[in-house]
Amino acid sequence: MTNPIVLDVNNLAVSFQTFEGDVKAVRGVSFQLKKGETLAIVGESGSGKSVSTKAINRLLPVKNTLIESGEILFEGKDLLQLSEKDMQKVRGNDIAMIFQDPMTSLNPTMKVGKQIAEPLIAHIGLSKEKAKARAIELMDLVGIRNPNEAYKRYPHQFSGGMRQRVMIAIALACEPKILIADEPTTALDVTIQAQILDLMNKLKKELDTSIIFITHDLGVVAQMADRVAVMYAGQIVEVGTADEIFYNPMHPYTWGLLASMPTLEVGKKQLYTIPGSPPNLLHPVKGDAFAPRNDYALGIDFVEEPDLFQVTETHYAKTWLLHPDAPSVIPPEEVRRRKEKYQTVRMGKACGERIGGGAIGSGG
Amino acid sequence: MKKYIAKRLLTAIPVLLMISIAAFIMINLAPGDPTNLYVMPDATPEQMEATRRALGLDQSYPVQYMRWLTRALRGDLGISYSTRYPVLPILVSRIGPTVALMGTTLLVSYIIAIPLGIISARKQGTWVDTLLTGGAFIGVSIPNFFLGLGLIYIFAVQLKWFPTGGMLELGGNASILSVLHHLVLPVAVLSTFYIANMTRYVRSTMIDVYGENYIRTATAKGLTKQVILTRHGIRNALIPIITIIGTDLPRLVGGAIVTEQIFQWPGLGRLTILAINQREYPMLMAITLLSAVVVLLVNLLVDMMYAVVDPRIKYD
Repeated sequence: MTNPIVLDVNNLAVSFQTFEGDVKAVRGVSFQLKKGETLAIVGESGSGKSVSTKAINRLLPVKNTLIESGEILFEGKDLLQLSEKDMQKVRGNDIAMIFQDPMTSLNPTMKVGKQIAEPLIAHIGLSKEKAKARAIELMDLVGIRNPNEAYKRYPHQFSGGMRQRVMIAIALACEPKILIADEPTTALDVTIQAQILDLMNKLKKELDTSIIFITHDLGVVAQMADRVAVMYAGQIVEVGTADEIFYNPMHPYTWGLLASMPTLEVGKKQLYTIPGSPPNLLHPVKGDAFAPRNDYALGIDFVEEPDLFQVTETHYAKTWLLHPDAPSVIPPEEVRRRKEKYQTVRMGKACGERIGGGAIGSGG
Repeated sequence: MKKYIAKRLLTAIPVLLMISIAAFIMINLAPGDPTNLYVMPDATPEQMEATRRALGLDQSYPVQYMRWLTRALRGDLGISYSTRYPVLPILVSRIGPTVALMGTTLLVSYIIAIPLGIISARKQGTWVDTLLTGGAFIGVSIPNFFLGLGLIYIFAVQLKWFPTGGMLELGGNASILSVLHHLVLPVAVLSTFYIANMTRYVRSTMIDVYGENYIRTATAKGLTKQVILTRHGIRNALIPIITIIGTDLPRLVGGAIVTEQIFQWPGLGRLTILAINQREYPMLMAITLLSAVVVLLVNLLVDMMYAVVDPRIKYD
């Protein structure tokens, strides 16, 4: 992929000041987003995936948030250094967001059409009439029927899926360069979820927008992502192309995630779960944050934080298992199965073919 | 909507009846006998009995109530025992001053309190917020009689800037300026509470609203703080604020009993005290009923305002 980089996050660290002390929610995250690609960030609740992306659009509460270090480069500017006024010009215009709760993310006392028209008036400077016309076009684009009628309706007159379509219309109104989707389908049922994902994929192709897709649903990742970053305890522990993460994972945490995913092959066997729970980031983390839950943990994992090892040009993992001196371990059965598939299809992949829809059989 | 209003007005009838019965019972349960006030101290039991019969107080309570009710339905609220004037015109003459006093108070209060509450909420946790919430706490805590007497002492007795009480100057100068001059101190006393109360409500409502996801959406759209506040914040905060205004409004006629008394304001509050002291039963019934009617009407008005402000509320 030789597309230009649109967003470059370097060593971002965010902590929240609470009564108990500082919670280090994000501990040195770096990633790049290329033009037109979809980067999925996966991880369990509290892994810092939402916080990292809210930091990009500076939507974290100002009062108790501390950006400890890092820079977020967008078009040569460090977003963290912008004034609030300049940031307002970026939000919704260059970088737009879709959130998890379509039921509460729209203003209940404002007509949905007006809510879509608002960014058009604020950023592009359209007149009210032109903004209205464009909003109706956008509603049509995201698949809302009778957009002329729907323009005048209020959010409570829409279903969850329709509201999320409205949110997408708002986000795409100014044709942003980056769209951050923070678990946009979590609150929706599965059929609606599929429709929304299809819509996002379609619009992405039409508008050539880069997407950061946050989710904890690997099935969704398989359907959406070009590249995947796996987060754990405020750090990216593995990053690679979707194929690399799904079929040649290197980090034991990624193994755990994949093994704990229901597949058609698993049948009636008990589903794997990663033992324990993530560390409380109120306390400093020693060594590898995942070590206490890791069946494959080495002695050094409890003492020293692993380096980020390069696997391929696009694939990196933060685990001591990749160190030349590390003992070789046998990954869980599910992961072995995937790796075999990866090896056998590798030849085909060299010819530009993707391994498949990924994790769940249904994936496109 | 019309159907809804009609329904609400119809249901108000039994409510008013129940209120009038409750008021009648409570008034008659209170100790004291109005006849004492209308006979000489050395009156004989026979004279007492004659007076009582003349006032209609010799009848059983149900008969008295039914007699009052049938007259009230015809618009006759009885006569004042002490002045022998009909109750209704006396009552009406007191509405104006009270509406002037309470109307000014509420208007002034809201104009001051709503911005203060918004500032307090937006500056949550800063010294501005601490100052405002602290001030509001003092404002709701300070008793009106104390504040009233204090202000009279300082601004009327010592500085002589304002009159100590009353609504008109001696000689009956009823110019607007003169009335406004008389209004300053009582309005200051009364609005202290309303400002403090409303500031607290607006603050907590705005904090709630700013925690809502749609404010996050508005921010993510790149709207300015001004637009977020006016088009997304205040509009949604209005719903709970209207509820508070709804509880304030009936006091327009309920009046401010203590404050009207302190400032000798010729309104309904003072009339109430007077009526209680003189056992003016018909007057008390009329005042209670008037308050009840206003409360019911304001409630209806508030419910209709909800429908205006909140598109989710519809009455069909």
